[in-house]
Amino acid sequence: MSTDSIALPGMNAGARPFVDTLHTWVTTVDHKRLGILYIVYALIFLVIGGIEALVMRIQLIAPHNNFVSPQVFNRMFTMHGTTMIFFVAMPVLFGFANYLIPLMIGARDMAFPRLNAFSFWLTAFGGLLLYFSLVGANGLYGAGNAPDVGWFAYAPLTAQTFSPGHSTDFWTLGLLVSGFGSIGTAINIVATVVCMRCPGMALGKMPLLAWLNLVMAGMVLFVVSPLTAAQLMLMVDRYLGGHFFDTQAGGSAVIWMHFFWIFGHPEVYILVIPAFAFVSEIVPVFSRKPIFGYPVMVAATVGIGFISMSVWAHHMFTVGMSANGNTFFALTTMAVGVPTGIKIFNWLATMWGGKIDLKAPMLFCIAFLFQFLIAGLTGIMLGAVPFDWQLANSYFVVAHFHYVIVGGILFALFGAFYYWFPKMSGKMYSEPLARLHFWLFLIGFHLTFDFMHIPGLLGMPRRIYTYEPGRGWEIWNLIVTIGVFFQAAGVLIFVANLLWSYFKGKAAGADPWDAWTLEWSTNSPPPAYNFAVIPTVRSRRPLWDLKHPDDPDWKYE
Amino acid sequence: MSNDRQTSTGASRSNSRHLLRVLTAFVPLAAFGEPGAPLSPTNIFAPASAPANTIFDLSLFVLAITGAIFAVVFGLLIYAVVQFRKKVDDDGHEPPQVYGSSQVELAWTVIPVLIVVALFMATARVIASVQRAAQPANAIEVVAIGHQFWWEYRYPALNIVTANELHIPASDPAHPGPTFLKLLSADTDHSFWVPRLGGKTDLIPNRENRMWIDPHETGLYLGQCAQYCGTQHAKMLLRVYVQSRDDFDRWAQEQSQPAHTSENTLEGKRVFESTACINCHAIAGTVANGHFGPDLTHLMSRDTIASGVAPNTPDNLRLWIRDPDAIKPGSKMPAMGLSEQQLNAVTAYLLTLR
Amino acid sequence: MSTATTIVEPEIKSDLPERGRVGMLSLIAAESAVFTIFVVAYIFYIGKSLSGPTPKDVLSAPIFYTICLLSSSLTIHLATRALHLGNVRSFMIWWFLTIALGAAFLYGTASEWHRLIYEDGLTISTNLFGTTYYSLVGLHGSHVIVGLLCLSTVMTFALLGKLKPEHAYRVDVLSLYWHFVDAVWVVVFTVVYVIGR
Repeated sequence: MSTDSIALPGMNAGARPFVDTLHTWVTTVDHKRLGILYIVYALIFLVIGGIEALVMRIQLIAPHNNFVSPQVFNRMFTMHGTTMIFFVAMPVLFGFANYLIPLMIGARDMAFPRLNAFSFWLTAFGGLLLYFSLVGANGLYGAGNAPDVGWFAYAPLTAQTFSPGHSTDFWTLGLLVSGFGSIGTAINIVATVVCMRCPGMALGKMPLLAWLNLVMAGMVLFVVSPLTAAQLMLMVDRYLGGHFFDTQAGGSAVIWMHFFWIFGHPEVYILVIPAFAFVSEIVPVFSRKPIFGYPVMVAATVGIGFISMSVWAHHMFTVGMSANGNTFFALTTMAVGVPTGIKIFNWLATMWGGKIDLKAPMLFCIAFLFQFLIAGLTGIMLGAVPFDWQLANSYFVVAHFHYVIVGGILFALFGAFYYWFPKMSGKMYSEPLARLHFWLFLIGFHLTFDFMHIPGLLGMPRRIYTYEPGRGWEIWNLIVTIGVFFQAAGVLIFVANLLWSYFKGKAAGADPWDAWTLEWSTNSPPPAYNFAVIPTVRSRRPLWDLKHPDDPDWKYE
Repeated sequence: MSNDRQTSTGASRSNSRHLLRVLTAFVPLAAFGEPGAPLSPTNIFAPASAPANTIFDLSLFVLAITGAIFAVVFGLLIYAVVQFRKKVDDDGHEPPQVYGSSQVELAWTVIPVLIVVALFMATARVIASVQRAAQPANAIEVVAIGHQFWWEYRYPALNIVTANELHIPASDPAHPGPTFLKLLSADTDHSFWVPRLGGKTDLIPNRENRMWIDPHETGLYLGQCAQYCGTQHAKMLLRVYVQSRDDFDRWAQEQSQPAHTSENTLEGKRVFESTACINCHAIAGTVANGHFGPDLTHLMSRDTIASGVAPNTPDNLRLWIRDPDAIKPGSKMPAMGLSEQQLNAVTAYLLTLR
Repeated sequence: MSTATTIVEPEIKSDLPERGRVGMLSLIAAESAVFTIFVVAYIFYIGKSLSGPTPKDVLSAPIFYTICLLSSSLTIHLATRALHLGNVRSFMIWWFLTIALGAAFLYGTASEWHRLIYEDGLTISTNLFGTTYYSLVGLHGSHVIVGLLCLSTVMTFALLGKLKPEHAYRVDVLSLYWHFVDAVWVVVFTVVYVIGR
């Protein structure tokens, strides 16, 4: 894929040696190429993480199943969670942010292009380090030595006593390295959005995607660091004989939980806020109206960013905190639902009175709204502390967070893929294939994750490699597993669509959606320098102003 | 178990039963809410004890509110998609461009805040009622210690040490005798979850946690460890036997005695005491005083072995000693490497530990 | 063929802040969060060691070396100001002093640790105090080392005659990092040698 869309005489992409092309990709500092590298990297790990999920679901299709041993299963859920969060969700969202932000704010690149490349390669290396655990140390004998401590690696299970060998260290180091990459990208996003907007683009005039990624990046700075700190402490414990989490020496297992969840909870908002950004760009275009309540959307997001830093111990309602502690976190947890709900209402209001065009990006966004609503409501249930004493650590929680991450974030991502694929590749995707993907994935998602709530309500804990018959869990586990196959089919069709369309799709042109933000004003794909002339803007929808010179936005904003 | 055997702990409970019957018109809740229905012995919507029933009442309130929110918002979403869909004969003009509305924003800020306040108040009240419950004088005190992958129970006042099967007396509503558990851990994190009796509380090393249950009906209640603790986390099963006061007293009396001795099994006792068994296991009244594994003094009074994984039969016992991984792969019990003769003798000896 | 459709209007002056400063401040924000967690752990574990030396037993506040480090904030400020004014020679003197003061501080930490390990028997694995003390002070020390490496790199460029007054902005950004390292020491000193003892 070339971002040099200006054809120089004698320059024929097909004639260049493979090594040359590889070299340009490996050494690129262009935000668009780095964005694509991030996205492709994430898609590869999405398939790997999906296979890990499939293995687990086959093992759980019936009680006392023997598809994999308990040791392998425990590695599966650890790797699945770690992979999906750190090597799928974070990279793909950073990838889209990298690609889109400079284009949408009228800049030529990110603030620090070399730091950008360095951050990508750090993230990539972290993932490879994590997966090296399969062959590293005690190697393939016994199916490798992948970590098996769960993606949140509670102490003291991670101490040398309970996790000898190196598997836990691959988890720690892989995430430590990719964490530095995340912080690098966050620094870049903050500096780019704050310092490199085109003339006329005040903070109040920039696209919501830029605002939301700014909030996300700010959160990353404050939130990934606690995880880095906790992991450094874990390494001190494991290799220097330290006692940070050594309960035998008076250390605290609970303090690991606090440090981890101070990272872990805002992390899921770091993941969902860019998804909100996609929805905030797509829904207006496909409803043919501006986003309803732009200032409120910004304020709500900033509010979510702050409040979400105060809810972390709702992951710890069962560890025996005091009544006052539990009550405080119940309050903050429920409070964060208010700005989140406001955003849902604003998206609805954007659609209201519009002319909704049900193309693939919009289909996925509508499903997002439906599913994110449910996910938020089950989150409120979990915030009702005594109810959480039953629901915590059960399949109800697993269903809840997959509803957010798959039903919310992944659906919004699919919408974003279809929306911006024409810009990134210059080709239109196949709409019928996209719809097939949508319906297959929707059915599969609901089969799996709607019914997954039920075993949780019937007492099934999470992270168990098998379960007892006679507890009423069998039929639900069977349905949940069946749904996975529909989702897999949907994802395969999605990848096939992207590949086929890249080579054979119709030319998309600069602005196939009749949209209003700056990325649609340049070629598809954009040239390396993004814009021939740095634009000057007067409103939040510069292309609306150009297309409707008699009725420009800046008269009303 | 039929409805009329439900004893009431107060008006709120019978009200919720009534509400439940009303709501059983809705299939999902009916599937869950029928008390005693054989849907699941670990159904959180079939509480058989305080605080599970208080939690159940709160959960109905929360479900009602979130259900109403869902109905309204989902209805609006469907309406919007249907009503404002681009028509086939669309004229291509853009619809009216609306940028926002302060009044509307205010409305859908204030209403959610009020809802949050209501939910929070209800939640806070139940938190207090559970966590600040005073321990009455005649409460049963149990110390539960989590191990990889089994449960140790001590009754300090009754001089009992046992494992894996928790016996407690049913509580009389007129003179409540709840069970208060102190939760400790010998190794890593665990969680005690018997859904029909109460919410879960974690067992964390170097930390003392406290929980209580107040069951009124006898029976066997199931659960399992709910905090990932290692390879056999899935098989750290819980069995709580709620007995009548008389039955419990009888059980307690037997449990506090030292081990039975029998002439026929002296050979097995000798094998037990001269091999590594005594490093981990204790049998009261003998030299065996290990604490890493379950106390075996009254092993045969239990229905299951390996923390609920296998029925306590002679064959299973023998298999467990010969090859624990055949029953629970990854458990901390090593294969003892005994000869067939030693195995038979030890098994015969253990079978006498009633 | 460009489809860039732009409005070419009179240039609207851009008052946006500079990238380097924003980038460095973002890095400082992230680093503050890391240090905060180590400080929280330190404070949480005060008095909780089950055995071994306590802070009162073995710690004595390194006043002199603290003065060295904090003075280096002053000298680096004077250095960057000199460079802004075009005085490269003056810059080099103050910059060198900064490095020297920072190195002195490191020496102080090293000798303190030497005494703690070999005379008082306090290592990172001795007890909770040892773990949290060495981790927190060591984390800070490692940041001083990184800072000194960067400062030395700049010193090298200056000695080679490659540093010009137009580089003043970049040197400013680097000095932000150095000020941060000093500010962290104020917090660490207060927590370890004042509150914790």
